[in-house]
Amino acid sequence: MTATATRGASQPTPTKRKGKNVAKHGDAEIARFARKILMPALITSIVVTQLPFLATIYYSFQNWNLAKPEERSFAGFDNYAAVFTNGYFFPSLLSTIVIVGGSVLLSLVIGLLLAVLLDRKFLGQGLARTLVITPFLVMPAAAALIWKWSMFSSEGGIVNWAIGLIGIDPVAWNTDHPMFTIVTVLTWQYAPFMMLILLAGLQSQAGEVLEAASVDGAGPIRTFLTMTVPHLRSYAELAAMLGVILMGQVFDPVNIMTKGAGNTKTIPYLLYERAFIGQRVGEAAAYGVITVIITIVVATVVLRSLFTVFKNVEVDR
Amino acid sequence: MSATNVSAPARRAGKVKPGAVALTIVTWVIVLLFFFPVAWMILNGFKTEAAAASATPKIFTEYSFDQYREVFRRGMGLYLLNSLAVSVLSTVVVMALAIPAAYALSVRRIEKWQDALFFFISTRFMPVAAAIIPIFLLLRVIGGLDNLWWLGILYVGMNIPLAVWMMRSFFSEVPLAICEAAQVDGAGYMRELWRIALPIVAPGAAAAALICFIFAWNEYFLALLLTSVAAKTTPPFLGSFVDGRGQFLAVLSAASTIAVLPVVAAGWLAQKRLVRGLAMGAVK
Repeated sequence: MTATATRGASQPTPTKRKGKNVAKHGDAEIARFARKILMPALITSIVVTQLPFLATIYYSFQNWNLAKPEERSFAGFDNYAAVFTNGYFFPSLLSTIVIVGGSVLLSLVIGLLLAVLLDRKFLGQGLARTLVITPFLVMPAAAALIWKWSMFSSEGGIVNWAIGLIGIDPVAWNTDHPMFTIVTVLTWQYAPFMMLILLAGLQSQAGEVLEAASVDGAGPIRTFLTMTVPHLRSYAELAAMLGVILMGQVFDPVNIMTKGAGNTKTIPYLLYERAFIGQRVGEAAAYGVITVIITIVVATVVLRSLFTVFKNVEVDR
Repeated sequence: MSATNVSAPARRAGKVKPGAVALTIVTWVIVLLFFFPVAWMILNGFKTEAAAASATPKIFTEYSFDQYREVFRRGMGLYLLNSLAVSVLSTVVVMALAIPAAYALSVRRIEKWQDALFFFISTRFMPVAAAIIPIFLLLRVIGGLDNLWWLGILYVGMNIPLAVWMMRSFFSEVPLAICEAAQVDGAGYMRELWRIALPIVAPGAAAAALICFIFAWNEYFLALLLTSVAAKTTPPFLGSFVDGRGQFLAVLSAASTIAVLPVVAAGWLAQKRLVRGLAMGAVK
């Protein structure tokens, strides 16, 4: 994100640092080689993501409306004041948390269910796995369009037809329940993704351990709760992290399905709307800066505390 | 795993358990529910507009390729080519950058490799929208809007973290002794990376490249903002069907089917590798 996020990270114990790989050859030589081959990717990342962000910080202190370019001036903290007083930011932040948090949780739960069901041997297992991962592969723009106009539509929508079969009156999903439609599409796309990761976790579990548990008289449910669930933890963490990263940028379904109506104005959409429809560059930049500060805090806390890879334990190598 | 092996012959010999059959049926119902929207999209793409928009779903109706003809009449061919070009090129560049970087975070690693890895991942946490304003304004000034090259550069920046993350996991599995053997033979570190280590993780590299391709192919936000006519890609093109008047579900379904086909087919073929690639970061 920015250099600040990286700075807090240098706690790993120096004694454990020297893995066996650096012992044999000249440490300095290998370190020089490693730095050299890291640079192109690092520099590209910095140029494409960090430099524009610096410019965003600069813009956030400018009065700048694209519609009136001649009136550009230094704004001080006016844009930041506007962010906190004009009443767009916090509702949008809340919407983002609800939509992303809800979709990540739902897709994790459904993904776990799918993983458990698809892990056992049954007729057509291979085909079932192939079919079920399809939603994750579908282009998000296509997914949003199909759900809006084919599934949730009030005229000829499949969902209304299906609930009609059991005697429920049609519902105007797109206009009355926009939040629900967004969460549905995201869950539909990401539950298979979570399933893939959790399934890999299930399959990596040692059979002997499970067998020993069943010999010891533990029932399948107890075995699942006491052995499988802890084993799956690191996989669930990874799935959740990737889910937050990928869904946190949620823009496609909002722009295509709701345009931010009904509390679905997520932060990425709000920024887009203020900058490119409202043409208020300065104000939109201030939203961007504040969002990045919040994400740095969240990402640092979450990544450092949750994920084994970033914990100060030397990964065995 | 071996528990199933023990019981499998027993099950084959004896009666099928009703509980297992019920579970299989439940599984298939859920699977088909998940697949249904895709199946319905494919079907709708072959219907007439009236049949696709019918209030009661029509399965037995006339099917034709008319909508597909219409999709290409509206110029989808160009947008597909644009998508293909920008996705392939950006993926090649991403892999060329990410493979050495991942090597420097795993086998021959820099001292603060955890910090560097954290940096890469954290760039992916940043809302793209926060960086897009200056990029948009810069491209507008230098005339770089509606240009595939610039879009491709942004896709490279977008996909580096994921590729580094995946490749690092794969390289971590390569036994160091194999790499060091190359040193005895007098090969340089560069040779060791490309000739010894990379071939070992080639299947993983293919999976990482596929993931990068998928994300570039499916990307909507940047494409919507930065392209308009000549460099427009498939995702923003799909949205344009909705603005037209009258019924559009059938033609939209046909266009969507074409748009998702390459990625779905590739994902189906490579599903096992995809899982491994994504899941390994959890353990290694």
